[in-house]
Amino acid sequence: MKHTLTPQRYLILLAVMLTASVGDTLLSHGMSQVGPVSLHNLPLLFIALRNPWIITGILCLLGFFASYLTALSWADLTFVLPSTAFGYVVVALLGHFWQHEHVSLARWLGILLIVCGVGFVANGPSLTEHAHQQPTEVAE
Amino acid sequence: MTPTSTFETWATILTVAVTAIAGDVLTAGAMRRIGDLDIIRAKSGLSGAIKAVVSSPLFMLGVLCMALSFFSLLFTLSKVDVSLAAPASASLTFIGNAAAAKFFLHENVDHRRWFAAIFVCAGVVLLSR
Repeated sequence: MKHTLTPQRYLILLAVMLTASVGDTLLSHGMSQVGPVSLHNLPLLFIALRNPWIITGILCLLGFFASYLTALSWADLTFVLPSTAFGYVVVALLGHFWQHEHVSLARWLGILLIVCGVGFVANGPSLTEHAHQQPTEVAE
Repeated sequence: MTPTSTFETWATILTVAVTAIAGDVLTAGAMRRIGDLDIIRAKSGLSGAIKAVVSSPLFMLGVLCMALSFFSLLFTLSKVDVSLAAPASASLTFIGNAAAAKFFLHENVDHRRWFAAIFVCAGVVLLSR
């Protein structure tokens, strides 16, 4: 068995990449509206929970955790992790094309390195085959 | 922000990375034991899949480590600049995870995956500049 992924599983990996970065961006946008939280005004955190940007951000991050765990159930950690790093690239590109932030040469180089890194693993097998492992093992 | 010693800086960053690696490896190990979630969901529905995950002690231990990592990151950020702490802990986590996955999960970390870990690690450092 070669352990290549079905299109549906690539969609899960795509969700891992997108939900984490979009969720973080939403949280950061929401918190900039809420204002700085310090140890002295912790109740502000509960007010933050009423902000629609924060709520959507948290939902996105819940979606991230669910798809991340799903991916880990059929692929190696060293296969899934580089795709989470691809989220950094998505954030940088969102910043560039949507928020018109300046992306320096060093950052473009960083983007290139991460894309190459993800490309390396994506070409390989997604799961290590262990001799003692029962492929149909399912928890009770 | 008070000036922090080099030792304290790297000790806190290392704590963030080590707890993050422990969290990732424990949850990955738990998911490997639980089995393919797609199959479980087809058999016993979404609630069955959630129950299978949440009832795994290994998974809960992993989540505990992730929470520890989150709070130690908050602690680190109160002492160390975010421009150093965030990329340093993230890239240490990537390299450490490749080693830990090979050692603890017996994953086949070949040249391809090592290169990926190193490239991603360097990329994260460059991105945060």
